[in-house]
Amino acid sequence: MLARIGLPQPFLSLVLFLVWQLLSDGISGGSVVMGAILAWALPLLTRGFWPERPAIVKGWLLPLYVLRVLLDIVVASLAVARLVLGTRKPRPAFISYPISLEHPLAITMLASTISLTPGTVSADVSDDQRLLLIHALDVDDEQEVIDAIRQRYEKPLQEIFQ
Amino acid sequence: MSPIAEYLIAGLLLIGGAFTLIGAIGLARMPDFYTRLHAPTKATTVGVGAIMLASISYSSYQGAGIDTAELLITVFLFMTAPVSANILAKSAMHLGVKHMPETRGKPWDQ
Amino acid sequence: MITTALHITIAMVTLAVLLNVYRLIKGPDAPDRILALDTLYVNAIALIILLGIALGTRLYMEAALLIAVMGFVGTVAMAKYLKRGSVIE
Repeated sequence: MLARIGLPQPFLSLVLFLVWQLLSDGISGGSVVMGAILAWALPLLTRGFWPERPAIVKGWLLPLYVLRVLLDIVVASLAVARLVLGTRKPRPAFISYPISLEHPLAITMLASTISLTPGTVSADVSDDQRLLLIHALDVDDEQEVIDAIRQRYEKPLQEIFQ
Repeated sequence: MSPIAEYLIAGLLLIGGAFTLIGAIGLARMPDFYTRLHAPTKATTVGVGAIMLASISYSSYQGAGIDTAELLITVFLFMTAPVSANILAKSAMHLGVKHMPETRGKPWDQ
Repeated sequence: MITTALHITIAMVTLAVLLNVYRLIKGPDAPDRILALDTLYVNAIALIILLGIALGTRLYMEAALLIAVMGFVGTVAMAKYLKRGSVIE
C-alpha cells in the first residue's frame, strides 16, 4: 500500500525525515515540509541501488542489541587501552568465522559489531558470504573468540532478522 | 550550574581526552598495520563520543537546549568507524601489507 | 573547574594529533597513512567541539558535522583507490 504512494521504504523515509529535523535549527514549518519532500524523493531516486530488503521480524529487539553493543564498546576500549599502555606484546591472529546469517544487512551489522567490540576487527567477507575474516588483537584460543561472537552477537541478530 | 553536573562534565571531558590520546598512542606504538587498526577504531571512537556527551550536557546546562548536531555526529562516527576499518583492512590485504611474524592464521585473498 | 578540565583535554587531544602526524609521516605503507588521516579527522572533530565549549558558541557544530561526513567519504575513496585503482567503477 505504502509503495503505491511513492514510499517504497517507509522506514528509510522515517529516518530521513527525523535526521532532517535534527539537522535543521529547531523544528519549524519549513523544516517539516522540506523533510517530507526529502523523505519522499530520496528513496525513490535511490531505489535502484538498494539490495533486497531483509524482513525485520522483531524490530523491538534492536534497541536492546544496540545497548549491549554500546556497553561492550566501552569494555573493549578499556581492554585495548590496557594493551596499548602496557609493555606486553599483543598476540594477534587471523580467524575465519563461519557465518550462519543470511541477509546482507544482518551480516553487515555483525561485521560492524565485531569491529567495534573486544580486540577484533572484521577484515573481509568471502564472496559466497559464508566466511568472515577477523583480525583479533590479543587471543589465546581462536575457538573461544568464535564461540563468544556466536553467543553474544550472532544469536540476537538471528532473532531480529529471520 | 550544580557542582555534581560540573564534576560529571569535567569527568566526561577528561575520559574523552584520555581515550583519544590512548588511540593515538596505539596508532604510533603498535608493531604492524593490522594491530594499529584496532586502537583508532575503538579508543578514538569512544573518546570522541565522551567529548560529545560532555558538550551536549554542557550546552543543555547552559540553557541553550539540547543541540542535536552533536548527537548526529556521534551516531555518524559510531556507524562509520567500523566501515572505514573494514575497507582499510581489505585494501591492506590486497596490497599485501606485512603482518608481524607472531600472527597466527593467514589472511586470504580472493 | 570545567575550564581546567577543558584545558587538560585540549592538551591531550593536541598531543594525540601530533602522534597521528608522526604516523602519517612515518608510514611505512599507504594504508598506514590513510589510517592516520582517518584518525586525524576524528581528532579534529574533537578539537572543534572542545573549542566550541571553550568559546561558548554553537557556530562550530556545522563545521564538525561536515568534517565527519567528508572525512568518511575521503577515507573510503582513498582506500578504494588503493584496492581497485579507481574510485568509481
